[in-house]
Order: sequence, then C-alpha cells, then structure tokens
Amino acid sequence: MSFPWANEYKPSHPLMVWFDQRLPLPRLVYNAVGGGYEVPRNLNYFWNFGFLAGFCLVIQIVTGVILAMHYGGDTSVAFNSTEHIMRDVNWGWMLRYGHANGAAAFFAVVYLHIFRGFYYGSYKAPREMIWLLGVVIFLLMMATAFMGYVLPWGQMSYWAAQVITGLFGSIPLVGDPLKEWLLGGFAPGNATLNRFFSLHFLLPFVILGVVILHIWALHIPGSSNPTGVEVKSESDTVPFYPYYVGKDGWTIGLFMLIYSAFLFFMPNALGHPDNYIPANPMQTPAHIVPEWYFWPFYAILRSFTQNFLIFDAKLLGVLAMFAAILVWFFLPWLDRSPVRSATYRPLYRKFFWVLVIDVLILGYLGGAPAEQPYVLISQLATIYYFLHFLVIVPIVSSIERPDPLPFSITESVLGSDGAAKLEAQG
Amino acid sequence: MIRIISILTGLFFAAALLWSLLWDTIQLGKDGLPHTVEKAFVKHDLKKLDLASDGVFGKFDEAQLQRGFAVYQNVCASCHSLKHVSYRSLAALGYNEAEVKAIAAKATINAADPLTGEFKDRPGQPSDKFPPVVYAGAGHPPDLSLITKARHGGAAYVYSLLTGYANQAGYKNHEGKELLKEFPDAKTPDGLHFNPYFANLNIAMAPPLTAEGQVTYSDGTPATVDQMAKDVAAFLVWTAEPELEQRHQTGFVWMGFMLFATVLGYMSYRNIWADKKGH
Repeated sequence: MSFPWANEYKPSHPLMVWFDQRLPLPRLVYNAVGGGYEVPRNLNYFWNFGFLAGFCLVIQIVTGVILAMHYGGDTSVAFNSTEHIMRDVNWGWMLRYGHANGAAAFFAVVYLHIFRGFYYGSYKAPREMIWLLGVVIFLLMMATAFMGYVLPWGQMSYWAAQVITGLFGSIPLVGDPLKEWLLGGFAPGNATLNRFFSLHFLLPFVILGVVILHIWALHIPGSSNPTGVEVKSESDTVPFYPYYVGKDGWTIGLFMLIYSAFLFFMPNALGHPDNYIPANPMQTPAHIVPEWYFWPFYAILRSFTQNFLIFDAKLLGVLAMFAAILVWFFLPWLDRSPVRSATYRPLYRKFFWVLVIDVLILGYLGGAPAEQPYVLISQLATIYYFLHFLVIVPIVSSIERPDPLPFSITESVLGSDGAAKLEAQG
Repeated sequence: MIRIISILTGLFFAAALLWSLLWDTIQLGKDGLPHTVEKAFVKHDLKKLDLASDGVFGKFDEAQLQRGFAVYQNVCASCHSLKHVSYRSLAALGYNEAEVKAIAAKATINAADPLTGEFKDRPGQPSDKFPPVVYAGAGHPPDLSLITKARHGGAAYVYSLLTGYANQAGYKNHEGKELLKEFPDAKTPDGLHFNPYFANLNIAMAPPLTAEGQVTYSDGTPATVDQMAKDVAAFLVWTAEPELEQRHQTGFVWMGFMLFATVLGYMSYRNIWADKKGH
C-alpha cells in the first residue's frame, strides 16, 4: 500500500523500461527505499536505528563469510585458527575485531531500535506484525550471537555452551535427553562446535529473510512517527529518497566513527579476557559471564534461587529468562491504550522510565558475580520487570487519561499557524 | 481474558521471586555479606605502567621489545611457551634477516623430514613457530603468547605480578588489616608463593626476577628487577597484539576519512531538508 500522492516509478532509459516490464525489481526498490515510499516528515533520530541495524547485518555477513574462509571448525584447531586469522591472514585482525565488535554494535543499535518501539508505541495496531517479526529477529540474533561466541573455543566459549545448553537440561522429563541431543554428547565437544558453526553460518541468512518480511510488513501501514498520529495529507510526508536516505546516510557516518573507535583503538574493551585462554573442560572460570548484551537476561535467570511450589529454582529461572522476551510478543494486546506515543501518556511514561532504569540495573547485575547483595537486587529488579509488562501496562492503559494529541503531523512540525498557512497555499 | 492470564502470570513470577528473596534475606541475615580472603586481600589497583604502545598514537619501542625478548628467552622460556608467535615475526622488533635466522637456529624443532617423513630434531627456521616447552614440575605454566589479553589489567597486571611478590607474614591490605590475623587458615601452602596480585593469592610460580643483572642487556640499560619486569610486559603486549601499530595507523587514517565523510554527509542532509524545516 502507499499513499495516493506517492511518486510513481517512471523509468526514462529504454533499457530500464524493458527491464521493468519483464521484472519490476527496480520498481520494487523504488517503492521500498526510494522516491516511491512516503514517510512522515517528523521522524526524530530514534527512527534511524532500523536502517543502521540493517547496515550492521551487512557488516556481520560480509566479515563473517570471509572469516569462515580461514576458520577451522574443529576443537583441535578452532582456537589456533582464530589466532592464525589474527596474525597471519592479511587484515585478518580487522575482520575478526570488526566481526566481534560488529556483534556488539548490532545489539546496541537494535536495543535502541526496540527502545523506540516501546516508547512510541510502534507495536500498536495496525503495526503488530512488524513488531512480532522484530521480536523473532531479536531471538534469532541472540541464538546467532551465542553460537558465534562459542566458535573461538576459548574458556568463555566452552563454558557458555555448557551453561546455556545446561538450561535445557532443567526441563522436566525430556531435559537431559534434549541437552545431549543439542550438544551431540554429554558435554560440549567437537560435535557441538561443528553444529554451532553450521548454524552460525545459516542463521544470519534466516535473519535476512525475516528482515525482508519486517520491511514488507512496515510498508503496508507505512512508518509510525513521534506523535503517533496517522498520516492525513500530503504535507505530512516526504519521499524516502532523498529525505531519509540523506538523514540515514549521514548517521551511518556517525555510527562508523563510534564503531571504528572500538575496532581500532579498544577492540577488546567489550570482550572478556578469559576467552583468550583455550577451552579447558577441567577448569571452570571463576565467573562465567556472557557478553554485555545478554546481561539483563542473565540476571533474570540467576535471580530464582529457591524452589517454589512444584517448580525447581533452575527451571523457574529458565522459564523467566525466556518469558522476559516472549512477553514482548503479547505487548500489542496487553497495552490497550489507543494513544501510541508515550509523549502523550503521562502515567505510562513514568512507569516506562522506571522500566528503562530497571533493565539497566539488571544489565549491571548480570555482569556482576552471583553473590550478595547482587542477587537480592536482581530479585527486586526482576519482580518489577514482570509486573511492568504483565500487570502495570494492562492496568495503566485502561485507567490513564492521555494528554491532547496534535491535530496532524504537519501541525506538530510547523505549529497550527504554519499548518494553516500551508493549507491556504493549497 | 488475555489480561487476566497476563496479570496472573505476572503475579506468579513475582510470588516465586519474593519466595527466593525471603529465603535469601534470611540466609544473608545469618551469614552476612560474603567475606573471603580473596575479596579482602587480592589487590586490584595494579601498579602503573606506561608503555610506548599505549594510547591512540601508541607505537612499539623496539629497543624495549628486544630487552623484553631477552628476558623471555633467558628467564620465562624455561617454563612458558610462546606457541602462537613465529620467529619470522621477530623482524618487527628491529632484527634484520640474518639476526632472525640466527635466533631461530638456536631453537630445536621436532618436525617431519621432508625427504623421509620421519620426525626428527632440526635447528629452527624463521618460518617455524616457537616450540612447545616441556615443564617437568607441578602446575601448568600458561602459554604466554596471549597473556596480556587473557588477564584483566593486561600488561600492568604482568608487571604488577612479577614485582608484587610479598612476605605473607605481617602482610596488610590497604585498610591496614593483617591477612593472617583475619584469616589464620589462609596460610600459603608449601610449594606455592604469596602474591597479592594473583587471583587466589598463592601462585605456583616462584619469583622469576630476583636479582639485578639477571639478564644482560646489550643496549646498556641497567637490568634492574623493575626494568626487566617492565620490558617483558612490553614484549608480551607485542606477542599478544603484533598488529597494534598497523591497527593504530590504519585507524587514524580511517577515522580522519570517516570524520570528513560524515561532515559532508551532514551538510548534504541539511541541504536536502532545507525546504522542509522551519516555517
């Protein structure tokens, strides 16, 4: 779907006319990310992170495919082949540091993209499908990042594989056989590394496929905007090209500056030193911690310390960790407020900022050792996390009185005088 | 309906967590905060170490790397291997081709004879990597190729550890608490050595750098224990990150280009949007 005033693709060169009649691929691109896609004119910089996330996916696939040409997926050579890439492959250090820091950058950008969705209510009708596909992408990213982290076969790689597959072992009845099936053995070994390498290569292309669905679903209603008010007239939108290509384009430069600062000047700042020690099944590291982008969920996992009713503490932790993300799937139906943007929802906004601080605290605790007082604080923070989504959001959305919304997008940009002037000009 | 299920699920998780919270609080009331000898006495404030390779413009100091290599060869190499490093890469320390060949030739490499396929000892070549080191004693001396990347604190940790051995009797932490009075059971076992920078305070490695002049420096730098520890830490930064100089130089050029491109991009963005902003 598009707005009636959207530009139509009109190829001028005879070759493009010929091409368009037989395979309208240029038309598809024009309507998707070119002059044919009309976008609200009032998007702020939080709307840049989707484009940047796509850019990160490209960085990861390009560096990853080249790394795979030099990497050996066998426990006897994995660690050494990683060092071979770092030392002997031309520009290998740049590929490998670029890929490791690229994963961190991808998550940073996607977290900001998700934050945008939460704050501005991008998940609400008619955009639920975009949101659902987005949560699927996030889950696929987590699986891909976890399996990628195992590949260098350092200490943290090995013990991460041990801990995460161990989670499945806590499921009643089928847990142990399931864990052994996932690992291809009783403990992480060559079979595990081989399948993780295979899946780590496959999943990014699955992500790419879901990203295409995500963008397709976006183009049905069109982009949301900071006011949450739907597009009403031509003056509310601008064509994606050149306006948002120009805006997204320069923020790619900004992104590259931050990403490159990590890559070239502090490539190990986000990693853990223990992963430069080769995997040793006989020696457990003092603190097993995942990469920073998993910390909030790791804190939730570890906050269940006691059996409750018929539930084992470990099983509760696993259920809660998955539930912490699965609950996002239900958000469009838990939040019943017709107002999208938190800007006009005074009560919801307060709880939302508490949630943001809560998740940051969980993030800190997930990286801290599993001892007091950290466990007590993560128990409190996890309680708020679940109460927020499952109790507070449904109740607030039905009792809240939202602030008045602007009449239109144009009015929110130009003020009511400016909008009237534009109206008068016709 | 979905909201009722949702609220009940939320309350279930909250109840399970409150249950854990309750028990953990009772436990905490009984035990207090964890108080271990490692928590109270391991030193995390490492000694300050300034290296030429630090910072955005950091480059290696070749003379220091050569001194550090001498310390490795004469002291560390009797127990610790350097298996990821090739002899040919020693050219980066400022050695010429003949010197690299001479250094490699001093090593004995067990490799397949290209004519017979038999494994035999032969003198090392520049294309060889540093050979494995067989350690006869107790413990597992780690390979040192990546050690500055594999420990929190990196080179400063190596320097602090090498110069940080102390006498456990009467040892006090920065709060003035005496270790053996606080934890009488934490006496360093026989065969281990007390070092407050080591993760569990007791390290198997005996103090390796003990006397001035233990290594003879060809450039005339006085070989104090402190100097040798600094030099070998600098050398181990190179073994862990041989790409450091190239990385810094590439990064500097790249950041300059990106800054320029970003400014151009911003200007064209402003230009494109000029007719849509304002009144």
